[in-house]
Amino acid sequence: MESLSNKKKLVESKPLNFLERAYLPAIAKGLGITIKHFFKKPVTISYPEEKREYSENFRGMHSLKRDENGKERCTACGLCALSCPAEAITMIAAERQKGEEHLYREEKYAAVYEINMLRCIFCGLCEEACPKEAIYLDGPHVPSDYLRKDFIYGKDKLVEAPLNQ
Amino acid sequence: MGTAEIIIKIVLVVIVFAISLVIAMYSTYAERKIAAFLQDRVGPNRAGPWGILQPLADGGKMFLKEEIIPTNANTFLFIAGPSLAIMTACIGSAVIPWGQKLTIGSYTFDLQIADINVGILYIFGVVSLGVYGIMIGGWASNNKYSLLGAIRAASQNISYEIAMGLSIIALLMTTGTLSLGHIAAQQHGFWNGHYFSWNVFSQPLGFLIFLVCAFAETNRSPFDLPECETELVGGYHTEYSSMKLGFYLFAEYINMFVSSAVMATLYFGGYNFPFMDLIHSQNLVTILGTVFLFGKVFLFIFFFMWVRWTIPRFRYDQLMDLGWKVLIPLAIANIIITGVVMQFIK
Repeated sequence: MESLSNKKKLVESKPLNFLERAYLPAIAKGLGITIKHFFKKPVTISYPEEKREYSENFRGMHSLKRDENGKERCTACGLCALSCPAEAITMIAAERQKGEEHLYREEKYAAVYEINMLRCIFCGLCEEACPKEAIYLDGPHVPSDYLRKDFIYGKDKLVEAPLNQ
Repeated sequence: MGTAEIIIKIVLVVIVFAISLVIAMYSTYAERKIAAFLQDRVGPNRAGPWGILQPLADGGKMFLKEEIIPTNANTFLFIAGPSLAIMTACIGSAVIPWGQKLTIGSYTFDLQIADINVGILYIFGVVSLGVYGIMIGGWASNNKYSLLGAIRAASQNISYEIAMGLSIIALLMTTGTLSLGHIAAQQHGFWNGHYFSWNVFSQPLGFLIFLVCAFAETNRSPFDLPECETELVGGYHTEYSSMKLGFYLFAEYINMFVSSAVMATLYFGGYNFPFMDLIHSQNLVTILGTVFLFGKVFLFIFFFMWVRWTIPRFRYDQLMDLGWKVLIPLAIANIIITGVVMQFIK
C-alpha cells in the first residue's frame, strides 16, 4: 500500500563484510574510545567535601532578615502566610514592649514564626508578598532529618544571625 | 636436593603465593578504579588515601557476611566447589619463570619454583581443572540458574581449550620445548641480530588466538556467560554468600593474573627486556627482569579490564560460533603456515 505520510523509509540490512565479521577492527575502535575517556577528568562532584554551586536565582531555605541596625524587619502582617499556596507559614504576633526597640523595627513583631519545610514548595511567593523585605529564600537547600516535627523551622533557625556577632 | 635448596624453594613458594594473592586482591581495586576512569568517574576513594584500603574493607565485609548453605544443597560439594576453584587458580603459578638466576652469597637459585619439562601441559591441566570448581559449585547449589551457569562454563572452557591448545602447538613447533623456563630463555633480549626474539613477532596469529581463548578461560567479559547477570541472576555462584562467594570472585582474579603471566612468558619474552646484555651484573639483570615481567603482567591485567569495560557480552551462540567455526580453523591454519614457513626457512 502506498504511504500517505511519505515518511516510509526502507531499512537496508546489508550482510556484514569480512572486516565487520572479524570483530577485531570494531573492537579496536571501541578500545580507542574507552581509552580516550580514561584520560578525561572525572565529572564527579564528591558531595560532602565539594558542593555544586547554586544558580543565582536558586530558592532555598528561608531567612528572616534584620535591618542595618540589627533589628528584625518582620512586622507579623501575615501577608506571607496569606500568599503561601502550600500554607506552610504560621505566625503569632505580639506587641513590642518598652526597651525592646533595639530588637524589633516595628511596633508589632512575630513572637512565633514557623515554616513547615515539608509543606513549602519554594515558590518564592512569600518573599514577593513581603512589604518589609523581611523574608528571602536565599539559604542552601533544607537538610534532611528523621522526624516530621523537626522539619517545622521556628525563629531559632530562620532569623539571621545578629549583626554584632 | 639439599636442605638449603628445600628451604629456598619453600620460601619461594610462599613469596609467589603471597604475591599472587596480593595482586588478586588489588586487582579487584584496580578493576573498580579502571572501570571508574573509563566511565569518567572517580571510583572507590573513601578507605584510606585514594581508597587503597578498599580490598581490605571488601575482604572484611566478605568474612563478616552470613554464611548460607541451602537446605537442599549437597553440603560437601557446596563447600568443595569454591575451595577447588581457588586451589587450582593458585597452583598454576608454580611453573612460571619469574626471573633468571639470583645469587646471594654462595647460593645461586632459579626464580622459578619448578622448571618441569612439561610446563605448558601442566598449566593446561591446572586450567582445565579450574572448571571443576565452577561445575561442582553450580551443581551442588541445587538451583537451575547455578546449574545453567555451570553448564555454560564447562562447555565454554572445553570449546576454547581446543583452540588454545592448537594455538600453542604452533608456538611449540618454533620453540621445540614444553618447558616454560626454556621458552623464556629462548626469547633472550629483544633483538637477537636478525629478528625480534619475542615469540609474539613470530606467532602474531597464535598470540591473538591464545589471547581470545585466555579471555574465555578466565570467564572474563566478553565471555563471562557463566555469570551472566541478565539471564542467570548470578550464574554458578547464585547461591553462594560470604567468603565462599569471595573465593569464587578471588579465583577469577588469580586466574587472570596467572594467565597474564603465562601470556607474558610465552609470547612477550617473560623476564627478558631490551638491552639486557648491556648490564653486566647478573643479579641486577635478574631483578630488573622480574620487574619487567611484572610490568608486562600488569599491562595484560589492565588490558583484561580495559576490554571488560569496552565490549558487551557475546550471545551464547555467537560464543560457540567464534570458538568452533573461527578460532579452531584459524589455529589449524596457523599450524600449517608455521610448518610451511619453517620448512622453507630451513
